[in-house]
Formats: sequence, structure tokens, C-alpha cells
Amino acid sequence: MTDQSVELAARRPFAAILPRGALIAAALLACLFVAATAGARYGLLLLLGVGFGVTLEGLRFGFAGPWRAMILRREPAGILAQLLSIGIVAVVAFPLLASHGAELSGAHAPVGFAMIGGAFVFGACMQIVLGCGSGTLVNAGSGNPVSLLALPFFILGSFFGASHLLWWTGLGSAPVVALGGTEGLVITLAGLVAVAALLLWLAAPGNRKIPRRMLWAAVLLAVLALGNLVVAGQPWGVVYGLGLWAAKGATALGVDLSGSSFWGAPGNAAQLGQSLLTDVTSLTNIGIIIGAFVVAAWRKGLSQGLPALPLRAWGATVVAGFLLGYSSRLAFGCNVGAFFSGISTGSLHGWVWFVAAFAGAFLGVRLRPMLGLEGR
Amino acid sequence: MKTRRLTAIVALASLGALIALDLGWSKPLDPYKAPPLLALGSGQAASGAHCAALPH
Repeated sequence: MTDQSVELAARRPFAAILPRGALIAAALLACLFVAATAGARYGLLLLLGVGFGVTLEGLRFGFAGPWRAMILRREPAGILAQLLSIGIVAVVAFPLLASHGAELSGAHAPVGFAMIGGAFVFGACMQIVLGCGSGTLVNAGSGNPVSLLALPFFILGSFFGASHLLWWTGLGSAPVVALGGTEGLVITLAGLVAVAALLLWLAAPGNRKIPRRMLWAAVLLAVLALGNLVVAGQPWGVVYGLGLWAAKGATALGVDLSGSSFWGAPGNAAQLGQSLLTDVTSLTNIGIIIGAFVVAAWRKGLSQGLPALPLRAWGATVVAGFLLGYSSRLAFGCNVGAFFSGISTGSLHGWVWFVAAFAGAFLGVRLRPMLGLEGR
Repeated sequence: MKTRRLTAIVALASLGALIALDLGWSKPLDPYKAPPLLALGSGQAASGAHCAALPH
């Protein structure tokens, strides 16, 4: 908050409260509007999305930043919080999936050559622009110009990646491996503990504590992700919705997608005709942007100046944004759909995604300064 | 000096435009045909699309 606004708030408290109240009221009204016009479930999903955005921006929690902190400074706190959040979701989701398998589904996908390559590229690109699937949405909502530029290309990449998905999976994929039941939960939790132990062992001295804000973020994210599962019947995801936005745009412009192996498939073709306000991942994506905006405006963070980046940085953002979308489709999800939701619902591909994307992150961390994106 | 206010407003305005255009292109919304509030306990199979799912 600036000195001027602090002074104003002290003199006229309502002047500070009213805009903030209006922000929250507007976000809630948007959810009520969707509930009234599309259905209560869709309004609730938008509200969950707003919750994701508020949590991620409000508690400054993400995925790309903590990975970077571990690689550059051997600070594992953020990744430990991610693992904690995944573990909390798993403890509840595994029994729910076992007892309500007809109503709920996990984020289960096959491991394959394209999946591994896609995760590697995603890991690299999310370090280049410092924004993952959810992070790009959060950053765009809070006015980060790099993410704002990356987002439309992320959307396009997701559309084209989905369009080519079956060609890529045809290069070689193993059957879907999904852990389930008590045994699956124990194996998943043991895996999370093993990774956490490895990170703590690798951590620099004095870097082994998780800040309270990250613990809160981990718990809140877990609660919201479980809400997503219970309300939608599927785990939290991001990239399907983004590809759908471009596919709907293409259809509106007269492109015939009925011959597409992906967009012409019955479920996707039906979704192309329906409003985005009835698509699960679109609603939570929209909510994330709104939630991040609300927090940024609340904090007066929107008065921050825009960075002066070289042209090559903007060019790199465009390419990386496209690759984020394309690669995440090949990888059957981003940090949310594959890493967070895949592992927390027992999918082997979530673990493989984590390893491949982390390897890619090492490359991305080194590429970022070369591409002129460190000047912020 | 340009601030994040500009870019954040562009983000929100783009989102608003996307939703408005989508409402014009898509089938009309019908809350009476919406699925139950919660998938859990609804007795219905999950019908939403997810990034981890292959097309059927």
C-alpha cells in the first residue's frame, strides 16, 4: 500500500473498505450469475476456481517458483508444501475413488514417449516464463505482462497439442497404471515421503523449514482440490479448458473440427457446442484469473510498474507459451492435471511427469537469463 | 509510467469478451438441465473432460 493510500485509509476507512468490498461482491455475483443461468454446480465450480486464485496469489504460492528455488538455492520449502498438499488430497481421494468409482474419476493417463518428452518441455518452459499451468493464469490475472502475453499462445498450443495427441501417443504408450485402494495410498504416501526426505537431504543448511504461509496454502489448495473432485467428479485440471477455448474460437470462425481425432470425438464435439460456463476446467480457470485479480487489486499490487524487457524476451515468451500448451497436452496435463492431480489420485504418469518436468526445469532455469527474462 | 493495472484490466476484459462471445456462439444455457450440485452421491458418471483423459 502506498503512503498516500495508507493516509487515505486512516482518514476515511470506508474509502479503503468500499473498493475491496466491491471486488469481493463482484466475484461472488459472477458465481451467482453462473449458478443462476447455467446451474448450481457450475456456479460452485467457478467459486472453487476463485478460491484457487485467491489462495495461489494471496499466499504467493505456486509451482514454478519453488522448483526454481530448489534448483538455484537448494530451498525445498515450496516443493515440500506441494508434496504435503498432494498427500492430503490423496488421503481423502483414494478412499472416495474406491467407494464412488462410478461417480468420480482420477487423473489417470498412460506413460509414453510423447508424455515424457512433453513433461520435459513443459518443465523447461515453465521456468523460462516462470509460470506453469495455474501460474500463468494467476500471473495474468494479477497483471504480469509476461504471463498475459504467454496465455493466448498457451491456449493455442493446448488446442494444437490436443489435435495431434493421438499421433503422438501412437509413437508408443504403456497401458494406464493407476494405484488404488489402501495399498495404492500407502505406496503414494511412501513415495511422497521419500521425495520429501531426498529434498531435505539435498537442502542447504538452514533451509529445511516450511513457512507458515506455505503450510496454509498447501492445506487450502488440498481442500479446494478435493472440492473440485466432489463437485465435478474429476480432479483439478487446467489445460483441457484452455484448448477448448481455442477450439471453440476456431469453430466460430468456420473451421470444421469434425474430422479431428480429438475435437471430433463425441465428448469433445458435444462440449464444443456447449457454453464454456458448463465446462469444468474452463470454469476453474476463469475463477483463478478472477481470484488472482481480486487479491492483486486488494493489495494495491496493480500499481507496480511494468518491466522493460528486451525484444528477445517477448519472443521467447510467445514460443514458450505455445510450447507450454502443446507439451502439456502430450504430457496428459500440466503441473496441476498431471503432477498434482495425477499423483494424488494414483496415476503413475503423475510421478513420471514430475521426474521429466523437473529435469526440464534445470534446462529452463539456465535458458531464462539467456532469453532476457531475468530483467524484472 | 505504465503499471500492472493496465495489463490486469486487459486480462479481465479479454476474459469478459471471451465469455460474451461464447454465450453468443453456444447453445443457450439451461439451469434446469444442469447436473446435480455434487457429483459425489449423484449416481451419475463424471461427464466432464480432463487433460489426463484420452478421447473416446
